[in-house]
Amino acid sequence: MPRWPKPAEGSWTQHYPELGTAPMSYDDSISPEFFELERDAIFKRAWLNVGRIEQLPRTGSYFTREIHAAHSSIILVRDRDGSVNAFHNICRHRGNKLVWNEFPREETAGTCRQFTCKYHGWRYGLDGSLSFVQQESEFFDLDKDNLGLARVHCEVWSGFIFVNLAAEPRQTLREFLGPMVTGLEGYPFDQLTERYTYRAEVGANWKLYLDAFQEFYHAPILHGKQTPDNFSVAAQQAGFEAPHYQLDGPHRLVSTSGVVTWELDAAMRKPMEDITRSGLFGPWDVPDLGPMPAGLNPAGCEPWGLDSFQLWPNFTILIWSGGWYLTYQYWPTSHNTHIFEGNLYFTPARTPRDRVAHEMAAVTFKEYGLQDSSTLEATQLMLESRAVTTFQLNDQEILLRHLHKVAADWVGDYRRERAEAQR
Amino acid sequence: MSTPVLPAEFADLEQFAAIWCLPSETERYDQRLGSTMSDMQRFYDAITARAEDALTYCDKFSIDEMPEDAKNLMYLLYSMIQVSFPVEVWRQPRIPDTGAASLTCVLEPGL
Repeated sequence: MPRWPKPAEGSWTQHYPELGTAPMSYDDSISPEFFELERDAIFKRAWLNVGRIEQLPRTGSYFTREIHAAHSSIILVRDRDGSVNAFHNICRHRGNKLVWNEFPREETAGTCRQFTCKYHGWRYGLDGSLSFVQQESEFFDLDKDNLGLARVHCEVWSGFIFVNLAAEPRQTLREFLGPMVTGLEGYPFDQLTERYTYRAEVGANWKLYLDAFQEFYHAPILHGKQTPDNFSVAAQQAGFEAPHYQLDGPHRLVSTSGVVTWELDAAMRKPMEDITRSGLFGPWDVPDLGPMPAGLNPAGCEPWGLDSFQLWPNFTILIWSGGWYLTYQYWPTSHNTHIFEGNLYFTPARTPRDRVAHEMAAVTFKEYGLQDSSTLEATQLMLESRAVTTFQLNDQEILLRHLHKVAADWVGDYRRERAEAQR
Repeated sequence: MSTPVLPAEFADLEQFAAIWCLPSETERYDQRLGSTMSDMQRFYDAITARAEDALTYCDKFSIDEMPEDAKNLMYLLYSMIQVSFPVEVWRQPRIPDTGAASLTCVLEPGL
């Protein structure tokens, strides 16, 4: 008997009939050819989150983003009028990477008045305009006005900075995000500015790591030993069901009910949770963030646990009921490797005790993340054996089905358009 | 005996300071991986017994204006969290079956 009512069709998956219920292939996660198509079909077409507005606190603040999947490096910079500009990180003279520090392949950040190329000293303003050319008179018909940095489409939503590498994006950022995601507007992201960032190089396809965090069905098993035995046993027996799954265009959402850790029997908790008053679900002392936006807790759970929004293609915003949130980004580097970045955002600690509670949540996040990450490498290895080629997904794994379908749809559309263009 | 780095009230924890007063998560995690279970158990037993006192002591200061010795006490509390996983759950320094994985803290809030 399900703990939560399912849609009238009988399951969440059948509520979205376009998904089907057949076993799935993971060819899209082990095929180098498919990944080459994803570069153009997905990463050069979709709006990609590259960071938060707080990373550009003042005029001249900048950071770079390496987008390997699109063979791109982007500069994000705060202009004099407060706006955010995005440029391809390439000098117009001989193509040197414009902004880098020590290691050309690594990202960097800082504050400057202008960008100066390390190679021959060409200079560009914060608006991308070319302001200085070394030995200008040696050039032929040089039109400096038309040699500014190559601009990348850039828009900001709720403080999240997105870029789009298409020559002309097919949708504005707001249109792309759609009503389910923009239903988060009003969440006080700008108040949660205390940040931890974790990075990992993962030996698995980018979609497999998204899969790991878009179902919670694995938690009682893979993470079972993180908790005291009697909690683990209870969790395993109960299994996992989410009260609400939702799809909107290419984006996904899972909402879950909560556990009030501090109301559990003390034997269900680890001693360190009691000492720090914190744990996986975050600090027990919840900051008052005011009313929550209408798009949160769509099932009206009490107690509510979290909402995890998967923004196509590679960005997740996970909002905990305890007044903090996570973001995940998955940056492919090949068909079977990617860089994972996880951010934890809290309201700035008011007291040292708050700060210790944040530390407990962050360290616990890492304990869980390491287990997820190691398992993915094991999955990738065996998928590549092709010993088994179809895989069973249950109703708690509906979002995985959707992600791989959207990837197939975008690649399919791209292939069709390319074929038509060649005709 | 070197100069104490912790507040005088926590002289009993001074023996752990040279090893566990580490300002970054990466250093604390590396120290955990490089420690024996018996060393971590000894540190865990000593600091958990004083944790509430240490939190109360640190709470006398504003997070932006902590004196050096209170900061060191905070680092020791962070290390307490770090070793709690091996001691309370894993019975070994590393999370089982995660040898191929890494997750590096590249940005953390200052004190």
